[in-house]
Amino acid sequence: MKRNFYRIFSYIILSLFSLFAIYPVLNVFSISLRPGDKLLTKSLAIIPENWTFDSYINLFVKEPFLLWLMNSLIVSIAVTIFAVALASTAGYAFSRYKFRGRDSAMIGLIATQMFPVTMLLLPLFVMLIKIGAYDSYLGLIIAYSATALPFVIWQMKGYYDTIPFSLEEAAYIDGAGQVFTFYKIILPLALPALAITALFSFMTAWSEYLVAAVLLQDQTLYTLPIGLKSFTSNMDVAWGLYSAGAIVVSLPVVVLFIALSRWLISGLTLGSVKG
Amino acid sequence: MYDNRLAYLYTMPAVLVMALFIVYPFIYNVVISFSNMNLSHFRNWDYVGFKNYLLVIFSDDFWYYLFKTILWTVLNLVAHVGIGVFLALLLHEDIKGKTFFRTLLILPWAVPQYITALTWRGMFNSEYGSINLLLGHFFGIQVPWLSTEWGAFTACLITNIWLGFPFMMIIALGGLQSIPANLYEAADIDGASRFQKFRNITLPLLKPVMVPAITLGVIWTFNNFNVIWLVSNGGEPSDKTHILVSWVYEAGLNYFRMGYAAAFSMIIFIILLMFSWRFIRHTRATESVY
Repeated sequence: MKRNFYRIFSYIILSLFSLFAIYPVLNVFSISLRPGDKLLTKSLAIIPENWTFDSYINLFVKEPFLLWLMNSLIVSIAVTIFAVALASTAGYAFSRYKFRGRDSAMIGLIATQMFPVTMLLLPLFVMLIKIGAYDSYLGLIIAYSATALPFVIWQMKGYYDTIPFSLEEAAYIDGAGQVFTFYKIILPLALPALAITALFSFMTAWSEYLVAAVLLQDQTLYTLPIGLKSFTSNMDVAWGLYSAGAIVVSLPVVVLFIALSRWLISGLTLGSVKG
Repeated sequence: MYDNRLAYLYTMPAVLVMALFIVYPFIYNVVISFSNMNLSHFRNWDYVGFKNYLLVIFSDDFWYYLFKTILWTVLNLVAHVGIGVFLALLLHEDIKGKTFFRTLLILPWAVPQYITALTWRGMFNSEYGSINLLLGHFFGIQVPWLSTEWGAFTACLITNIWLGFPFMMIIALGGLQSIPANLYEAADIDGASRFQKFRNITLPLLKPVMVPAITLGVIWTFNNFNVIWLVSNGGEPSDKTHILVSWVYEAGLNYFRMGYAAAFSMIIFIILLMFSWRFIRHTRATESVY
């Protein structure tokens, strides 16, 4: 009897919070289906009357959404490759080698997490004005990689720490070199952590608004976040466009995130918050 | 047996990138913070010593926004940890549809933050936003969310609670899974109640997992620019809805008071560094395994 009571209570609470979690998503979806003349409605229906895919079609046909998508893809993929390459090697060195400056570098990595975003953005902004180097992807790609790196290096290091050193010793005894051992034995074992690093750095670049808003003035270089934000300045006419865009932009990362969430959980608990 | 040259080779690319885009801007920020750089002294700036730091500390803005930032951080963390641990406890029980609930509940974490913020801003629209429509439908009330100081603050708070609780839930779930089941079995034999088991087994063993997560949570929330800025549309109404970091942005990049903003950034950094110093010293990040 008591056990049943707990069970029903659990289901009610879980359902309520699930509703809380999913409602904003349903709301955006609902707005994205509204016909243009019914954007401002007081109806609460999830599937609106006379629903239509017009907003999605207009997004791709009439708005420069495809351009923003391409821009964001270029930047995000470059950041992912960059961050995975740099973090997988640096994390390995921090995990396995003792070298001068190692401890202070690790503390420095944590300290960067405490920087307010303006700490780097303001000097970067001043520097770029002085040298007149606005509007380039390269700046954006390196800035994103640099901000993502401390966290992913830390988390790669945490994962390498869980791989026993005896594996390397065995390889060395068999005559394998250090570089060979790292690439052929350790790196494949660190695949879950690499997946998290890739996901994290991709999402950093895919979802970053502020740095892009400061660095990019040329409209043809806009990434998705700035583009979608521009719709919201006149919500009356562009609410549907914004909502359709939000769905298209979120869908792939949400699916990826949930698919990888099993790895994510082990990666997070092992890496950054090792008890 | 350790080839140190290889260690430097492995770390060098990452260190170079970070030196150029983290260390160099950081040093430049320190330089600006001691200067009178602003719109009228952009190229011909001078050193003014600690003037900017004193200006920040003796301004009412600073103490007002510091108060709001602390309130913001505390309320968020209480909600994140409270909801997160509570849901983790429910999910850890043997119930049907566990994966289904977990997938729905981590959804807020998966959605890009700026989309969350812009979407909630739309939902808080006083006339057509679904929150006022729901409130009107069920309780017959209308709340002027975005046009009043504390309404906008509450709107930001609700948005941030929505996006932040899944992280704590997942961390707590990982912590719960690592507690050995035989501890509970032993407690059952001793006839311990549900609450006693929670108080004496779950809580103490969950703590070491939650403390680092909470420290990170405090740092992230204290500096959470996106939600405040995008939900309140840059501090509306009339620059009231700010936390420290969004106010610095406004001062530095919209009003171009660079020296003042740079000193302000340093002060935020020092506050957080002092807060988390114990955590940094005790973290195992600097320990090597061998």
